[in-house]
Amino acid sequence: MPSRRLDAFRILLIALLLVAVTPAAAGSRPWNEVVEAARGQTVHFNAWGGSAQINGYIAWVGERVAERHGIRLVHVKLADTADAVARVVAEKTAGRNSGGSVDLIWINGENFAAMKRAGLLHGPWVEQAPNFRHVDVQGKPTTTVDFTVPTDGLEAPWGMAQFVFFHDTAHLATPPRTLAALADWIIQEPGRFTYPQPPDFIGTTFLKQALVGLVADRTVLAKPVDAVDAAAVSAPLWAWLDRIRPSLWQDGRTYPQSGPALQRLLADGEVSMAMAFNPAEASAAIAAGTLPDTVRTSTLDGGTLSNTHFVAIPFNAAGKEAAMVVADFLMSPEAQAHKQDPRVWGDFTVLDVAALPPADRRRFADLPLGIATLSPEQLGPALAEPHPSWSAWLEAEWERRYAAGR
Amino acid sequence: MIRMFPALALLAMLGPIAVGLAGTVLPAFGWLPALGRSSISLDPWRDLLGQPGLLRSVGLSFGVGLGASAAAFLAALGFAAACYGTTAFAWIGRLLSPLLAVPHATVALGLAFLLAPSGWIARLLSPWATGWDRPPDLAILHDPWGIALGFGLLLKEVPFLFVMTLAALDRLDATRLHAAARSLGCRPMTAWIVVVLPRVYTRLRLPVLAVIAFSTSVVDMAVLLGPTTPAPLAVRVVGWTGDPDLDRRLLGSAGALLQVAVTAAAIATWLVAERLVARLGRGWLAQGVNGRHENWLRLPLGALAPLCAATAGAALLGLAVWSVAGSWRFPDALPATTGLGAWVGAAPILGGTLSVTVLTAVVSAGVATVLVVGCLENETRRGLRPPPWIDWVLYVPLLMPQVAFLFGLQVLFAATGIDGSWGALIWAHLVVVLPYVFLSLAGSWRRLDRRWAQTARTLGHGPGRVLLRVTLPLLLRPMLTAMAVGVSVSVAQYLPTLFAGAGRLTTLTTEAVALAGGGDRRVIGAFGLLQMAVPMVAFAAAQFLPSLLFRRRRGAAAAIDRNGHHREGFSRTGPARHTGPDASPRIP
Repeated sequence: MPSRRLDAFRILLIALLLVAVTPAAAGSRPWNEVVEAARGQTVHFNAWGGSAQINGYIAWVGERVAERHGIRLVHVKLADTADAVARVVAEKTAGRNSGGSVDLIWINGENFAAMKRAGLLHGPWVEQAPNFRHVDVQGKPTTTVDFTVPTDGLEAPWGMAQFVFFHDTAHLATPPRTLAALADWIIQEPGRFTYPQPPDFIGTTFLKQALVGLVADRTVLAKPVDAVDAAAVSAPLWAWLDRIRPSLWQDGRTYPQSGPALQRLLADGEVSMAMAFNPAEASAAIAAGTLPDTVRTSTLDGGTLSNTHFVAIPFNAAGKEAAMVVADFLMSPEAQAHKQDPRVWGDFTVLDVAALPPADRRRFADLPLGIATLSPEQLGPALAEPHPSWSAWLEAEWERRYAAGR
Repeated sequence: MIRMFPALALLAMLGPIAVGLAGTVLPAFGWLPALGRSSISLDPWRDLLGQPGLLRSVGLSFGVGLGASAAAFLAALGFAAACYGTTAFAWIGRLLSPLLAVPHATVALGLAFLLAPSGWIARLLSPWATGWDRPPDLAILHDPWGIALGFGLLLKEVPFLFVMTLAALDRLDATRLHAAARSLGCRPMTAWIVVVLPRVYTRLRLPVLAVIAFSTSVVDMAVLLGPTTPAPLAVRVVGWTGDPDLDRRLLGSAGALLQVAVTAAAIATWLVAERLVARLGRGWLAQGVNGRHENWLRLPLGALAPLCAATAGAALLGLAVWSVAGSWRFPDALPATTGLGAWVGAAPILGGTLSVTVLTAVVSAGVATVLVVGCLENETRRGLRPPPWIDWVLYVPLLMPQVAFLFGLQVLFAATGIDGSWGALIWAHLVVVLPYVFLSLAGSWRRLDRRWAQTARTLGHGPGRVLLRVTLPLLLRPMLTAMAVGVSVSVAQYLPTLFAGAGRLTTLTTEAVALAGGGDRRVIGAFGLLQMAVPMVAFAAAQFLPSLLFRRRRGAAAAIDRNGHHREGFSRTGPARHTGPDASPRIP
């Protein structure tokens, strides 16, 4: 097996080179030089664009970095983050190793794992950003471990997410608190529940939430899907889904195509429940007038999935310095507090608020919680995401079972 | 110089298709050296055949596409046959034509709100007639059989086929033919079917085939209205080609070629059916017909197209109402509160997107018009007759499923670093805009009396000056109309924008489809309305600009009007009026 030895040798060599080069490369560039180089650059921020509130927040960020750092921020609104990953892949394919079209990308989970694996990310750079020191890496371990994959300084934490359900109290007074109770209610009141069609992000998360709640031993989910008997592990999930499918909205013959599309069904009264990965989303939607004010948030008794979402810089980004400056601003107490305001977006902070200077702490203390948002205590336990390889496997298996026509 | 234009136009139009196809065919057989795949294999095809529900996706594309096209043909021609020569014909015809300019996605967005279980129809009937105080759980949209998708396609294709029928009728002496058949004792509808339809159909065949090609491979409408478990083939192909997993891109290429086969099969099926109908028709005619019993058929046949127009109108009205709605809960028939919040909130995005949309549309339509004028002028100067195959060449971009060449074209654009640039976007639009501009302008151009130009030449003017001072001013209205057609075609493009814009340049259509996945119907309404407004403004400009420009030259305007609509008026308005230096009409 000479080739394998060669590989091992190569890896060792690369590792040595990295150790030798990285601190020099990163450390030798003081932050003020980065800020200086960033002036006048353009940042194409590739971020999902399906929410007016988030788009508004990104526009606000654009104004701030323009006046403070002379950076032009362009929000490239994606329907799916995979589109931007695909574009970076296409650019690498075409041999474009600099001057790439994506400067900053909103990312986590399987997309991050794929880009990291394929060497498509710039860095490490995150620990160099001054505001990273405020991040609560101890209390919020998912800020450095993304779906079980270490971030290694390749992506900067941006916000915290926890999976929650919404229900319209006009149609459903007390929401089910366990998966068993949820299934019973779905069957009792057919046609009033559904979930976004995987591979939509929220739909896949719903599958993972149900999987985490139904498996006998959760620790197997931290392993790559190939390393375990996935079919046996996931059997309870498919049994549960088979049970509810005939009673889903539209008999489970079609599914809403995204989380917001499901929210619209809730607003129209077609369904009684919806779901989101942002605990404050219901409050924000009520404030924006897209959900009735009778909507409230709920979680499950055993806890719900929680993760962090990040921003990363592709290896060939044209405006790397400016992208780093924007990412640093996104982690600043000012930007994080503005983001957590339910009237703006309502996305929870990655920072350790208790450790902030008093003036910054006050920014957070003054925020209203929002009419339909649960307090951190009411949100309940945060469950870890399965290994990212589970997402693609669950999506493919779901498609085979439920989207191949009957 | 002018001799270069036909080659230039063909290159601009067919070049991207040829290159794009090559860029799709090679990866479909495993050859994509840039990704380290340089062995020819059938793996992508094996992978494709292993996709769950593939057969059903293929069946949906074929069945819904062909069914919707046949229904649209029946509705458009049925209306023409049943109402030809009546006042309703002219009146409803005028209502159908503007619908041609409305992008497919706009109609789909409006229709989705109209038909949904919580949609406008259900709201208007609830709770007093239906007893529903909550929307019923009925599978109306995204139904597994693609009926909603087929209906959406029907609404858009009826106006297209009807306008094409009008154009074909214009070139025939249809009124006299029809009158002759009537005088032989035929009832009006039967007379139209027997003597006019066969002649109209020869000119309508290519447009019908274009409708079939479009309907079997549509993506934007299918995303908004079509089945999802599984989706029609073209939607899945777009999903595969956008997947970060590289093997999926090879799979997507194979899927794109399968899409070409599905579309070709649908077209072949239509052509076979056409022969059969022709044979049956001959037998029917041989028995002698006069259509004594046609009355019971006349109403349902004639009513289809107006019903489609009314539905589309209601769908667009629904979008307009949503765009100014405040709170609008089921089952209220109208919003409880109204406001301009959606317009104000979306204004920054709307502005940027609108300018990209308008600029792309105007530039691609402008470039197309220049190329088409060059080709036609070349034809005129050299006294060429258009070869019979030219129509087929023009229809290549309309018959080829867009997914088949856009993926390959995207790889090429990315490799040369022009993806996401204005040049790439405008070129991708030009591929589809050019044939429509040509088809729209060629008729008026070729009908223009040559003696106008000859007279100017005898007065000593060079060919360039004659083109600028005589031919183009005379053809200003048809030229502006052709440009407006180009603008409306460009605005409606979804896939070319998605692929060539690379996410950095987005138009109202791509934004509207992306937003349709979002939660706020008010913003969708605002985008839908703007998407519709751009082509409308273009057509209005084409209508009113010539009169404005020529307001001092009423004689010229009259000649132009006749050229725009019908035949030349050489003998009535002397050419001398146009040649004097102050009398020359201004050119925009």
